[in-house]
Amino acid sequence: MYPEYMKPSLDKVAQTRAKRFELAKSGKPVFPPMSAEEREDVLQKFHPDYKPDARRKVRVGPNKGELLTAEVADLLESHSRIDPKKFDLSQPDYETDILIIGGGGGGCAAAIEAMRNGAKSIISTKLRLGDANSMMSQGGMQAADMPQDSPTRHYLDAMGGGHFDNKPELVRALTEDGPKIVKWLEELGVVWDKLPDGTMQVLHGGGTSRKRMHSCRDYTGAIIMRTLMDEVRNHPDMIEVLEFMPTVELLLDENGQCAGGILYNMETEEYFTVRAKATIIATGGFGRLHIRGFDTTNHYGATGDGLIMAYRAGANLLYMDSVQYHPTGAVYPEQIAGFLITEKIRGAGGQPVNKDGELFVFPREPRDVEAAAIIRECIGRKNGVTTQSGRVGIWLDSPLIEMLQGEGYIKKQFPAMFRQFNRYGIDITKEPMLIFPTLHYQNGGIEINDKAETSIPGLYVAGEASGGVHGRNRLMGNSVLDYNVFGRRAGFNAANYVQKVKLGKLTLEHVLKYEQELKEAGIETDRIAPVLLPLYTPEAVRKRQLTAHYEGTLR
Amino acid sequence: MKQDIGQRDSSPQTQKKPTKKTAEPDTEFVTVYIMGKAYKVPAGSTIMGAIEYAGYQIKRGAGCREGFCGACATVYRLPGDFKIYTGLACTTLVQDGMWLAQLPAIPPKKAIYDLEKLKPTVETFQLLYPEIFRCVACATCTKACPQDLEVMDYIQAAKRGDIEMVMDLSFDCLCCGLCAIRCPAEIVQFNVGLLARRLYGRYLNKKSQHLEERIKEIEEHKYDAEYEKLMKMSREELKKLYYERDME
Repeated sequence: MYPEYMKPSLDKVAQTRAKRFELAKSGKPVFPPMSAEEREDVLQKFHPDYKPDARRKVRVGPNKGELLTAEVADLLESHSRIDPKKFDLSQPDYETDILIIGGGGGGCAAAIEAMRNGAKSIISTKLRLGDANSMMSQGGMQAADMPQDSPTRHYLDAMGGGHFDNKPELVRALTEDGPKIVKWLEELGVVWDKLPDGTMQVLHGGGTSRKRMHSCRDYTGAIIMRTLMDEVRNHPDMIEVLEFMPTVELLLDENGQCAGGILYNMETEEYFTVRAKATIIATGGFGRLHIRGFDTTNHYGATGDGLIMAYRAGANLLYMDSVQYHPTGAVYPEQIAGFLITEKIRGAGGQPVNKDGELFVFPREPRDVEAAAIIRECIGRKNGVTTQSGRVGIWLDSPLIEMLQGEGYIKKQFPAMFRQFNRYGIDITKEPMLIFPTLHYQNGGIEINDKAETSIPGLYVAGEASGGVHGRNRLMGNSVLDYNVFGRRAGFNAANYVQKVKLGKLTLEHVLKYEQELKEAGIETDRIAPVLLPLYTPEAVRKRQLTAHYEGTLR
Repeated sequence: MKQDIGQRDSSPQTQKKPTKKTAEPDTEFVTVYIMGKAYKVPAGSTIMGAIEYAGYQIKRGAGCREGFCGACATVYRLPGDFKIYTGLACTTLVQDGMWLAQLPAIPPKKAIYDLEKLKPTVETFQLLYPEIFRCVACATCTKACPQDLEVMDYIQAAKRGDIEMVMDLSFDCLCCGLCAIRCPAEIVQFNVGLLARRLYGRYLNKKSQHLEERIKEIEEHKYDAEYEKLMKMSREELKKLYYERDME
């Protein structure tokens, strides 16, 4: 139920709805799309990335001197959780072909593909298998399999969406593998939305020139992730899953090849060494670092762990100066603040309107532009609705979808969204949702090539942890495809690599060297990374926790 | 855009922003009993928010925090009420006097199988999950489901071999396990639903002709020349092509 003080604004939204419905039916854009200059202007003035203090120079490591998102620079300028001198690396606790760090979609896809190519693996994951952003994607997965579409057209859409900063070979891999991934997932048992004759049911997303969004209702990620997990669990002889056992540092060998990692049992607080012939980082993104204090759509463990581990080992990062804010995160009720409201809502005809019920932006601008326009409407033009707790947002008018697509459409196509709001007495078939941009995606990451290889031999990266695929702005539906394409490529290439590689003596020398570099740069800090978990303990409680030390968030 | 509106704490690693997550002065409080210990927490908190407000660092019992992953299964009782209630900590609100405990994990039974060797028939369920035939139709699973799914109905459908119905009714399942832990017949409903969905996707969902054709085209290198052309283009050439492309 919306509180009484929002009623006048809600009434205005209802009053303008009929007019906006006619506009939508006309088939013309409901609001003029921005020109290149208008886009640039709103991004410069209102996108969080463009604030003067949003970026700072990182002082150590492979990207030294480069301007990065300030919170990322902080993450990189931090101490290791471990004291390398205390580890005896001559007797590893585990040995395997491939150590896979992260149990989300990328990690599971890699494990399955590696297994099918004869390689054994260990999945090291900080929460449970499948506790990942992969589980949460709602809208869908892009793939160019429709007759009126083509993989090269998908390529062009992705390049434009990424402001042409994407690495071409990665975008080719992404788009060319797309149709094969649809089939691969179907053969594993993913239930795609289809028309009765078997034709895929596809929709538009922001920035697509053809309808190519494949979905499983609005539980797309949940269906894919659970299918991959189930397949991983079907092969206990080939894939060992270690839950609540994150990797906290990579191991190299004396020749600079990646050779496994140090694992931390979060429950018994023990450390273990894993010697592996190849290592795949699939740790996802950084939403739980709450860049610029933003709420996030991300899962509990999204703290950018892979970035810092790979960076200490010498891997280069790409585009870590750009952050994706999803235009539509929930603002009210407070309990779901920051939660994702899928872009599919706008794809189906939902419109963003201000406190007076007026349109102010084309609903399907690229994500960064749409987000900046919503911030301008709220902060710059003060046309938002302010809640009692001080949050501000504009309306996403969902009842319009029922008018455009027919009654019952929302319950059938958006069961998760309907349920999310219905819990709080808000019926989104009848009332709009209050929204504001929310921290959503790490556009950049560890640089890879189209084999998912990094500059370190034996180290592969897949999914959100990698950089280059999406340039500086990812399009909807390309991340689900990304973790499948590069998860499989990492698994396949690592499985071939482990047949030839010979490992030398294991070492953590790179961690000591990094500590030395921090010291020489004059960086004094008590920050420790990987962060592992965010801290939500209130200040008053923290004051009473007189512990000897914190290791990041864990005591 | 730093909106100074009570967003969550940033990571302590950044140590730049003041801690915001203190309740407003006029906040109303309720008392909850977390595993039996009383804490005052803001009214209107989710169970997960209340646990963190009380000072716990959750390790097991939090995942996506938005109702998709099923990591935060919780059981609770309310004052003056004999019933056991179930819910997800991330989406269930606290009530005054609530006595709650999170379930850190639920012992599953998961059949190991090769999907390629299975048939989409009732025999598969008889083989892999024979305990579904012990179902006494008490509907405790349905009552326990935080997604309000018709769990008992899909178990009945599995017994009949109606895989499409199991798929449809279990589609929104989060695998939180609350059905299984409450079931007197010790059925692991969520894994039965997962098996049915995989059987449906693999064998029963109608195949897409256009998908097969596109994959064949890619394997026959139909797009190679165009890719090579696009990949060689300058940023300006690509930009021009992009802004001139037509829309479906």
